[in-house]
Amino acid sequence: MILTLEGTTSSKISAELVRIRRSLGSPAQGMVLTLIIVCDESEFASALEASIVAGREHPSRILLVVTAPGREARLDAEVRIGEGTPGEVVVIRMRGAVAAHPASVIRPLLLPDSPVVIWWPGKVPNNRTGDELAKLAMRRMTDAAAAPRPLTALRARARDYIPGDTDLSWTRLTPWRALLAAALDQYPATIKSVSVESERNNPSADLLAAWLRSKLKTSVSRKVSDGPGLTAVRMGTAAGDIAITRPDGLLASYTVPGQPERLVALKRRNFTELLSEELRRLDPDVIYERTVKSLLDGERSTRSKPRAKKASKKA
Amino acid sequence: MITDLRPNPLRDPQDRRLPRIAGPCVLVIFGVTGDLSTKKLMPAVYDLANRGLLPPGFALVGFARRAWAREDFAHVVHTAVKEHARTPFREEVWQQLSEGIRFVPGQIGDDESFSQLAETIADLDEARGTGGNHAFYLSIPPGLFQTVVDQLRSHGLAEQHPGRWSRVVIEKPFGHDLASARELNRIVLSVFPSSSVFRIDHYLGKETVQNIMAVRFANELFEPVWNNSYVDHVQITMSEDIGIGGRAGYFDGIGIARDVIQNHLLQLLALTAMEEPNSFEASQLRVEKQKVLDAARPSKRMDLHTARGRYSGGWAGGEKVKGYLEEERIPPDSRTETYAAIRVDIDNRRWAGVPFYLRTGKRMARRVTEIALGFKRAPHLPFAETDTEELGYNAIVLRIQPDEGVTLRFGAKVPGTQMEIRDVNMDFAYGEAFTESSPEAYERLILDVLLGDPPLFPQHEEVELSWEILDPVLDYWASLQEQPEAYAPGSWGPKSADVMLARDGFTWRRP
Repeated sequence: MILTLEGTTSSKISAELVRIRRSLGSPAQGMVLTLIIVCDESEFASALEASIVAGREHPSRILLVVTAPGREARLDAEVRIGEGTPGEVVVIRMRGAVAAHPASVIRPLLLPDSPVVIWWPGKVPNNRTGDELAKLAMRRMTDAAAAPRPLTALRARARDYIPGDTDLSWTRLTPWRALLAAALDQYPATIKSVSVESERNNPSADLLAAWLRSKLKTSVSRKVSDGPGLTAVRMGTAAGDIAITRPDGLLASYTVPGQPERLVALKRRNFTELLSEELRRLDPDVIYERTVKSLLDGERSTRSKPRAKKASKKA
Repeated sequence: MITDLRPNPLRDPQDRRLPRIAGPCVLVIFGVTGDLSTKKLMPAVYDLANRGLLPPGFALVGFARRAWAREDFAHVVHTAVKEHARTPFREEVWQQLSEGIRFVPGQIGDDESFSQLAETIADLDEARGTGGNHAFYLSIPPGLFQTVVDQLRSHGLAEQHPGRWSRVVIEKPFGHDLASARELNRIVLSVFPSSSVFRIDHYLGKETVQNIMAVRFANELFEPVWNNSYVDHVQITMSEDIGIGGRAGYFDGIGIARDVIQNHLLQLLALTAMEEPNSFEASQLRVEKQKVLDAARPSKRMDLHTARGRYSGGWAGGEKVKGYLEEERIPPDSRTETYAAIRVDIDNRRWAGVPFYLRTGKRMARRVTEIALGFKRAPHLPFAETDTEELGYNAIVLRIQPDEGVTLRFGAKVPGTQMEIRDVNMDFAYGEAFTESSPEAYERLILDVLLGDPPLFPQHEEVELSWEILDPVLDYWASLQEQPEAYAPGSWGPKSADVMLARDGFTWRRP
């Protein structure tokens, strides 16, 4: 059921949510979290779709906040229940002066005593940590790959990291990291060198390099390829390379010294899968925190030698 | 150069995104043409691969009495996966999997076939880098176990070498009474060490069964009332709406008590009643389960506290169905029960005086598995008697399937002017709070076998203790002259089951 409320208020939206639930015969609430999505009209459609599908794994109240400038202060809403998701979706459009105070609208609509997650599928506010909607959330998702200049965006977010931050360019790495860790489970050799290959401007590759550098305490070289995305990771051992290469974004080949080459499925994942993975853990991701620190430290140490020692200790 | 055992630098206990991926290995399935194999095992293997949990260098070997080539078997797996896998079919996952598929045609009594199997496995160790790690899944009747494990031994496939493993997986039934269970264990344990034997009870792989432990031990809310001071009885139900279908050959003579109570229901009882384990290490969990099964015994008065039944023909759920005796290949003088209810008492401080009623049946009103703890009435009700006429007893219900979740039942005031109190339910639905895509039990269990992670697999001690509880009941039933009591299909079982509870002052919950 989709219901449009024009010129409305938070309490009218709340009342409508309860009323629709009752009329559908299920006043019970099994929802586990509130997901706030902040986007503009151009990102709206894809964000809505991804969140509805992710909402099936994590039934939630999804609040899609779309702000726009305007002379008149105006709040419109669209309540969707039972539209392909077990949770509730509310699209909230704010214009004019209301748009400057979004938290005043959203706060009354948060589910009681349960986690709040905010996701910016595209544009992220400059003062992200001071943003009033961000302050409502315990977990903040960004996506550096969607920014006009991904590598700069990743570094900017790394610099003002606070616990609870996460970036989808990190989430994208999980299958790679799992496979690399499994490779070292099977072949526990000392790694002497590492190279990471990816297409240009790939924030995930930067994070993967930083992670490997901090964990393996070795230098990591970067190579540019034609993509798509990450294409290869090679870890050098005394007996040869442990290599995972994925030229087509789908199927990778996996080699370990002294063993036959094998195939392994390593598909690039869509937003829904990324979002579902993110929503599975709601506590701060300390490994991500260390990785972004390592990313910044690594770059600082190449510029000024004396800090290098401190940096490696921290990592 | 491979260095000695040293922690993997890429692993970090705090890095909880990284799943555990099984090491390279070969999974050999005996009886690969069976239903279980095509409907559950092969799809589960594919789903694991699709979730990225199988290693590159995983191999699947089928062994059966068919004149198939590798391609024929690969086609069978392909069809099974397409039809039954939980996750979407993806070509690249299939490519990864199909590289390692092999088939060995042969008979289990035949030396030649096993030599060929051993050769195939040795080839795979070489070509796929599976490193001598082998799991043998015996999806075959228990009568053939002896032959298979002997063959595995004589062809050197059961040998345990340091740094590699060889495991055997067996399915229920684990015997049909204590003596046969012991014999079965003797056969398997004569070749494989106890730690390499994985007994699959797919119920224990279910997320909701594992949730029993989460509910009990992660919360402060339930533990204080989880004992005989507050609980006055427990009902564990597992019912099916279908008949025996094509399983006549297996089912007749075995009966539902052996088929369901001995494994599923007694395992659910153990998880519900056991004390808190020190940790979730397999050995700790096992100690607690064994303790409680050891303290459990059937009621002394079998005549009063057991009931058995057999479905008759009639209408169930809008369909005309046959009675048990009219099913195909059932002998007319069969005395096999299709419904069984027993009372189990647990002699320990927590549960003394609290009867556990276990019931299971085929052709019941609906398919449901649940555990219901019934609470005592409040010691004093400050209401007029008429006010609480409709108030039953409080209950915590752990719903295992199909609508997984937890229900709390308590009394609430009916809106209106009078003080009238009626039972209401507060529901937590698993599917609502977490989702549709929880992994199949077999996925979890197969992965655990490959990882060598044993907490969810019952050891032979547990199996034997369960038979010790059930055997006296089976003996008593065998000594009776009369047939099992008939019950209408689509009902909740025979009258004697209702009488059995009424004797103790309870009634069965309608699940």
